[in-house]
Amino acid sequence: MTEHDQAESPTEHLESKGVSRRAALGLMGAAGAIGLTGGVAAASHLPGNDSPSKAKVENASVPFHGEHQAGITTATQNHLYFAAFEMTSTATRAELMSLLEDWTYAANRMTQGLEVSESGATGGGPHSPPDDTGEALDLGAHSLTITFGFGPKLFDKRFGLESKRPQALKELPSFAFDLLEDQYSGGDLCIQACADDPQVAVHAIRNLTRIAFGRAQIKWAQLGYGRTSSTSKDQVTPRNLFGFKDGTANIFSDEKSDLNDWVWADGSDQPWMDGGSFLVARKILMLIESWDRVRLQEQENIFGRTKGDGAPQSGGKEFAEPNFEMISTATSAPVIPMTAHMRLANPHQNNGKRMLRRGYNFVEGNNDLGQIRAGLFFISYQKSPEQFIAVQNNLATDALNEYIRHVGSAIFAVPGGIKKGASVGAGLFT
Amino acid sequence: MKLRTLTAVAAVSTLALSGCVKNSAEGDAVIDVTSSKDDCTVSAATAKSGTVTFKVTNTGDKVTEFYLLGEDGLRIAGEVENIAPGTSRNLTLQAQPGTYFTECKPGMVGEGIGTAKFTVTGEKLAVSADEKEATDAAVESYTAYTKDQAGALVTATEEFVAAYIAGDDKEARRLFPLARRSYERIEPTAGLFGDLDPKIDYRKPGAEAEGLPFTGFHRIEMDLWLDEARKNYPGEKIEALDAAGRKKVGEQLVTDVQALYDRVHAKDFVMTLDDITNGAIGLLDEVAAPDGKLPGEEDEFSHTDLYDFYANVEGANVAYQSVREIALAKGKKGEELVARLDKQFKAMFELLETYGNFDDGFVSYDTVSQAKRNELGAQLNALSEPLSELTGIVLGTK
Repeated sequence: MTEHDQAESPTEHLESKGVSRRAALGLMGAAGAIGLTGGVAAASHLPGNDSPSKAKVENASVPFHGEHQAGITTATQNHLYFAAFEMTSTATRAELMSLLEDWTYAANRMTQGLEVSESGATGGGPHSPPDDTGEALDLGAHSLTITFGFGPKLFDKRFGLESKRPQALKELPSFAFDLLEDQYSGGDLCIQACADDPQVAVHAIRNLTRIAFGRAQIKWAQLGYGRTSSTSKDQVTPRNLFGFKDGTANIFSDEKSDLNDWVWADGSDQPWMDGGSFLVARKILMLIESWDRVRLQEQENIFGRTKGDGAPQSGGKEFAEPNFEMISTATSAPVIPMTAHMRLANPHQNNGKRMLRRGYNFVEGNNDLGQIRAGLFFISYQKSPEQFIAVQNNLATDALNEYIRHVGSAIFAVPGGIKKGASVGAGLFT
Repeated sequence: MKLRTLTAVAAVSTLALSGCVKNSAEGDAVIDVTSSKDDCTVSAATAKSGTVTFKVTNTGDKVTEFYLLGEDGLRIAGEVENIAPGTSRNLTLQAQPGTYFTECKPGMVGEGIGTAKFTVTGEKLAVSADEKEATDAAVESYTAYTKDQAGALVTATEEFVAAYIAGDDKEARRLFPLARRSYERIEPTAGLFGDLDPKIDYRKPGAEAEGLPFTGFHRIEMDLWLDEARKNYPGEKIEALDAAGRKKVGEQLVTDVQALYDRVHAKDFVMTLDDITNGAIGLLDEVAAPDGKLPGEEDEFSHTDLYDFYANVEGANVAYQSVREIALAKGKKGEELVARLDKQFKAMFELLETYGNFDDGFVSYDTVSQAKRNELGAQLNALSEPLSELTGIVLGTK
């Protein structure tokens, strides 16, 4: 309850409650709901290759609390719904605080397979709209993770958070071939919801959006299906919509030392960022029709990998170390072309810089010209935005650029793990 | 009644007047009202809270009515009707502290006259413990409001149609959004009569989709903003209506709004408490709908959507004010909801008023940027969410 006593005035406290006003008051007040572990046993997430039973996948849940937020090193789930929010023009600091409290309460419940509040989808009486929208009833948690982040603009003077801004949290610079549109870019806050069932992820964002009305509103959102990255070697490297395995050199959840070196921020700049990370999201359209007309050899030269098993063109299997020096005796040129995507993105070509990628494919029907509107919703987590910036600059000569367009871009500071009884980002207000 | 765009909901409680109680002589204060042919004089502009009686004498030549209106100038706190020339009737009510307006309505239709501010001072009265009584008072007050707005709609529509038929396009364009105002305030009630709403207020695509003749406000709107109509429907040959065509659609509209008036004044017209609260939500849904005001589709030729938007919110607010005391009497949850609704109605009105008002006009909606529309939408969501909980609270079964 202590978190809830911080609201500036009793009136603000009452007025701004999203979830607690919805029949959850009792739970919140009496039981210390934030710390609840839920009715579903906190089974650890199951690795993908286990051929787990259907029920196990459905009911698997990921612990909400911990040193880091869930949804970063968590074995990548199959579906994504990502939403960026802007605070409303009249929102106050107290409303931002109460929003984060209400979101934490609801997110904790939903990740444990519970309805958004105690009265849920059917327990609120016949005359009131239900608290929970109901489309995830009977579905199980499906390893739902809900990960929160804060955009650079949140730290302007509106909420008195100027001194809490991590120095590295700035709008990303422009990159070659950027074709960014405001309607897919930026945001004060973000929520990444990942689950092994798409409806579970959609339900999470929909209900969190509803809770935010009056305090924050969606600026843009992205539905992703089909993970394009693995965060565990137990998972098969998936393919992007060009048919290639990309992101083979991802950081995996068991690489503790690399995670500390390249993913987890420490508290030296801002204590609230300890155990957090920086999230970069890029909406990348793929020019599907053009790509599909490219001959196989050229496709492989563009990626620097074979299409079949994803091995480096320099030989071996998928996870073989690429040999960037190897010269073809036939052409006297490097076997892995100088403009190959894999060469330019590889840590060896970027002073060892790595990042954890968590992207998803998306398809949004067709555009007005009858072309498939599809692409990659790129998400990366890194200790510092500089890692992404350096790699992205290195990709300026990437042969792949001819077939992709970056149309959306955003950066968020993802605070450290959520402690039992506390709200996400609680350290912002101390 | 003079047009007012007062922001309604200062958090003070007005309301819970127990409606009109005829022939009461027990009043603490008796205030004399004279309803003449062209004025409405009230012997005092203030009263102490408690039982207040208005003795209304009709010195004019038409049957008259007297109204005590809430702070928003719309909600009917109390009324007395059917005062024949040369007679008088009393309106007695339990008056809570607050700001009100008095006015008379000779002929019993159209806008009231002699509108004057009336202030009730003193202690807040304890809310009636009798829930039935409070409910009856709310329903009575809101039903009276609906009837009143239907009357105002008839008068305003007649004026608008007269200008249109006379070929005074400039005046007709000015009157178009004002004539619609009363309709927009009570739209869900009008919607109860399934045959009338399509005739009065259907948009062009709606009428065509259902194979109905395109009539009503929007048919005339299309004729008055012909350039916009041709722009919106480039594939169609849209001709201007000739004098006979104007007369036909104009008179049809007057007939249809008169039919609406007759229905809500019929003896068997009854409303319930959840008609009121669900009607309030219905009004905001009208704003947010894909063919509503927020996307700028309602008035696709005139771009006067903000007038309708404002009127929808006014109507929702009147409905809310009618049951506000009932909600307050429902304990902590009710008090919390009222606090949130007071705040959000105020914010909604304030935001809309940055775009204008009925007296000076609202800006054309096609000049409102998407970012600004999003801001309006965000505030509408902020209001709609708590409003959706009102029925559950006032029915008190949760």
